[in-house]
Amino acid sequence: MTVASLNGSKEGAPEKRSLPRRGKRDRQGRLAFWLLLPAGVAVFGVVLYPIARTILVSLFQVNSALATDTPFVGLGNYVEVLQDPEFWNSLWRTLYFTVVSTALELVLGLIVAGLLNAKLRWRWLFRTIVVLPWAIPTIVNAAMWKGIYNAQYGALNAALTQLGVIHEYKAWLGEPMSALNAVIIADVWKTTPLVAFFLLAGLTAIPSELYEAARIDRAGWPRMLRSIVLPLLVPSISIVLVLRTVEAFKVFDIIYAMTRGGPINGTATIAYFAYIRAFSDQNFGVGSALAIIIVLVILVLTTIYLRFLRRSDMSLL
Amino acid sequence: MRRATRNSILIHVAAFVVAVCCLLPISYMVLASVTPQRTLITIPLRWIPSALDFSRYVTIFRGGADSVGATFRAAFVNSLVVGIGTVIISMIVGILGAYAFARLRFRFRRVVLLLFLGTYMLPQIALLIPLYLILNSLGLLNTQAGLVFVDCSLVIPFVLWILSNYFMTIPEELEEAARIDGTTRLGALFYVILPAARPGIVAAIMFAFLLAWDEFMYALIFTSTNAAKTLPVAISEFAGRYTTDFGLVSAGGLLAALPPVIIAIIFQRYIVSGMSTGSVKG
Repeated sequence: MTVASLNGSKEGAPEKRSLPRRGKRDRQGRLAFWLLLPAGVAVFGVVLYPIARTILVSLFQVNSALATDTPFVGLGNYVEVLQDPEFWNSLWRTLYFTVVSTALELVLGLIVAGLLNAKLRWRWLFRTIVVLPWAIPTIVNAAMWKGIYNAQYGALNAALTQLGVIHEYKAWLGEPMSALNAVIIADVWKTTPLVAFFLLAGLTAIPSELYEAARIDRAGWPRMLRSIVLPLLVPSISIVLVLRTVEAFKVFDIIYAMTRGGPINGTATIAYFAYIRAFSDQNFGVGSALAIIIVLVILVLTTIYLRFLRRSDMSLL
Repeated sequence: MRRATRNSILIHVAAFVVAVCCLLPISYMVLASVTPQRTLITIPLRWIPSALDFSRYVTIFRGGADSVGATFRAAFVNSLVVGIGTVIISMIVGILGAYAFARLRFRFRRVVLLLFLGTYMLPQIALLIPLYLILNSLGLLNTQAGLVFVDCSLVIPFVLWILSNYFMTIPEELEEAARIDGTTRLGALFYVILPAARPGIVAAIMFAFLLAWDEFMYALIFTSTNAAKTLPVAISEFAGRYTTDFGLVSAGGLLAALPPVIIAIIFQRYIVSGMSTGSVKG
């Protein structure tokens, strides 16, 4: 909303050094430089040089960590990746994972945020319970759901048969599509609370007079949702959308811990595929090319988002 | 029935359903950790075990050298050290940087801010190989310090974002008053902004610790022994090795979840107040 506040740099041309007194801006600039230096070193030192190096490695054929003979292959690794049907499968799978999990998290997150904001008896208890899935570490969450989905003793099979929903135990993680959906459910379970708290921060910022006014106009809650809550939540929703999309597209840890990409590559997302190429097959050139492709896809996705969101922002003003 | 009453009942029912969905999987894990192995694998499953079995906790707490327990305990300590180290460094560095973004006007401010936030888009896999070589040449592979080093790069952009958002909500007049009294900018930061920004600081510390506690990929590639292996790696290893003993995995998992869960419960009211959204956008 205050994009303008980020544009402090626009006003005023840089002052010439020959001027007797340096401007206030100049002093602030120097202070800002020193204040940001530690963060810059800590973040960019661990990001910029490595990413440049990965781009470089992606242009060579590197077949083991200790390889000394690494011929330059230009875009050869990229061509190899783009011709690999398994790459395309992993890309579509990752897009499916991203779209479905982000959509579910947004819808469920909105509902939970509404409940967190509502007049509830034992509100503190509800908040405490909702916080729990978010606080549980990803790997623990993965191990837990792996147990729940277990084909022999898992709780899901036990519960569903005892309720009469299914008649024989199913191997939930045994088939590609059902395994992918099972992982999505586990991911949504853990992440929805965070999305909900994020949206709650946006909800609490909505002035209560607006609700009062709507109530006086005798507007029902669907109307209130459509004309007050959702429009004013657009900034929060858009941030969540970008963050969750990027995160989902990079998904690795829950896949590694729950399914190791199986069965028959059914849950091998693109980051997992890159990991296998680089570290199991010891093909660092192709692994790096894949990693760079992930970066490019994320760049494209966020650019589309930002363009779209800026337009929707304008409609708000 | 009045509309308000009906709505209230509806909201309470919905909240109850959400709470049950949150609690059921966790309850199953808690139960599994104390159900005797034989009961755990009987079909049909008996949900409430007739006898409690705490042997997994004993294994984890008492196991001698080279046992699951020893690995777990070492990993717990490593996770604590890495988490606390990451929090301390990223908070110091993040507070200084966030102040610059929130209060100072300088050239390329927006670009620099977007660069920091943009690092979030990079997948860790794209940095693994060069980082491995860097850590190797610095002798930091398989050390806690090495993990703190790489984890900080993930955590600092978040801290910068949460804190600069929060600092911007603090009225500038507060700080100006202090500066008229002769305090330097940094003095004002420490004596005026930081106390006023407590909810933001607490939220940032919590997020930083949880992120570091949860980090998996760097720990997986950069650690191999009990010297620095963190809990996520240890848990994924013994979930792979003891595939048939869900009880043991549950017990370990619950213990690994304890620190972040306790922190999240104690400081939950800061989660939302720390996330003042809408002021910083790309």
